[in-house]
Amino acid sequence: MIHKFIQNGMYFVLDVNSGGVHVIDELTYDLLDYCTEPLAAECPQEALDKLSGKYSENDLREVYAELRSLADDKILFSEDDYEKYANTSVASPVKALCLLISQDCNMRCEYCFASKGDYGKGRMLMSFETGKKAIDFLIEKSANRKALEIDFFGGEPLMNFKVVKQVVEYAREQEKLHNKNIKFTLTTNGVLLNDEIIDFLNKEMYNVVLSVDGRREVNDRVRKTVNGKGTYDIFIDKYKKLVSKRGDKDWYVRGTFTKYNLDFAEDVMSLYNEGFEQISVEPVMSPETEPYALTAADLPKIFEEYDRLAKMIREITNKGKFINFFHFMMDLDQGPCVIKRLKGCGCGNEYVAISPDGDIYPCHQFVGIDDYKMGNVHEGSFDTAMKNDFASAHVYSKPACRDCWAKFYCSGGCNANNYLYKGDIRTSHELSCEIERHRVECAIALKAEKLLDTAE
Amino acid sequence: MKHIKTINKANLKQSAEKGGCGNCQASCQSACKTSCTVANQKCAKED
Repeated sequence: MIHKFIQNGMYFVLDVNSGGVHVIDELTYDLLDYCTEPLAAECPQEALDKLSGKYSENDLREVYAELRSLADDKILFSEDDYEKYANTSVASPVKALCLLISQDCNMRCEYCFASKGDYGKGRMLMSFETGKKAIDFLIEKSANRKALEIDFFGGEPLMNFKVVKQVVEYAREQEKLHNKNIKFTLTTNGVLLNDEIIDFLNKEMYNVVLSVDGRREVNDRVRKTVNGKGTYDIFIDKYKKLVSKRGDKDWYVRGTFTKYNLDFAEDVMSLYNEGFEQISVEPVMSPETEPYALTAADLPKIFEEYDRLAKMIREITNKGKFINFFHFMMDLDQGPCVIKRLKGCGCGNEYVAISPDGDIYPCHQFVGIDDYKMGNVHEGSFDTAMKNDFASAHVYSKPACRDCWAKFYCSGGCNANNYLYKGDIRTSHELSCEIERHRVECAIALKAEKLLDTAE
Repeated sequence: MKHIKTINKANLKQSAEKGGCGNCQASCQSACKTSCTVANQKCAKED
């Protein structure tokens, strides 16, 4: 399978199954319309007939010979023989937890998927006892896996900072006892950040995710205090302070864009201009009936905006400056192995979320959905049948993914979005897919441009 | 080649042979939480 596209005036063809990326000229781009797998020995007569008015027959045959050469090298029209790996993740250890350390929030964001922080289950903080049980669960279920991850999430995790500290201390003890390496992440809205908390996070957290939607007016329209006031001025200087003391540890400012700010490139730039270089701004996911919801009608504008953002990022990096936009990150040489790429995020299998009362769910977005409760850390229960079901939700078991050129980039997309908006974890949420495909094209183009100088 | 420049051959097939160690980050633990991309993760295989 191949995919050809145009970005920033350049022509690309991607070989889906090898991961090969080629920059091509317009002639090659046009000729590929007449190429089918397996590539015939000679240039198809139909191509010569249809394109001879635009290009010389000699040039068409020359390009076809180049395409044949790439096919012979198995970096164009290469075969998909990965399905045999698809079920290798069944019986995988659990390696990552999302701890709903606070099922309560001190903000009221209009688009919050967690029902304004309480996941529809009432406001609740996790006790240290439940946190300990969650760590014990992870240690036990991680088997021989050494690299483990714990994400403090909410609601707003800092509303339960005392237990965050206790859980980290306990996890550090257990880490030594069981020869594990735990990486912590905390996602916060920043309201409660102070010097003590900033220093703790910068010491203990491998990654910190700081929520902000971009421009002040964009943020304050949807991210409000409990009393309905804007929040930007409450957290922005605290974020700057945290980042200035962060050293070389990971962090992101992370926002959401909605129908209200389809010009979200401006929000990315606003964050950049405020001094933040590690940026993630993502499309809101919500029922289409919400006033802020993105719909298929918004796609042309969203694509245009990603193109505009790519252009802005290109201009910044061409000046020798640094900016990292999370969804344009792409390592064309040494990204994840194909086995990782065909099984996706690992939710419900390698990764689960635990609510304040100890209930286990496939991920944070499933919390509160009774049909997806997998067990409870106090009861010692864990539904391995459901785990296996999630383990077998991969690009070969999702009908829309099988024939999608982007399957080894998004790896099947978000199972929660599939369930919440399509009713089944294996039924792709097409709006997400459309957006993802365009982002991948932008990301490949940005990377390819940088690599062009060294290409053969 | 005159018409085609290969940017990378990054062969996914080779990655299949040595892959699957599971040391890499869970894809939703970084900065997304709602929109999964796996290809932007790093390989964390220990040699």
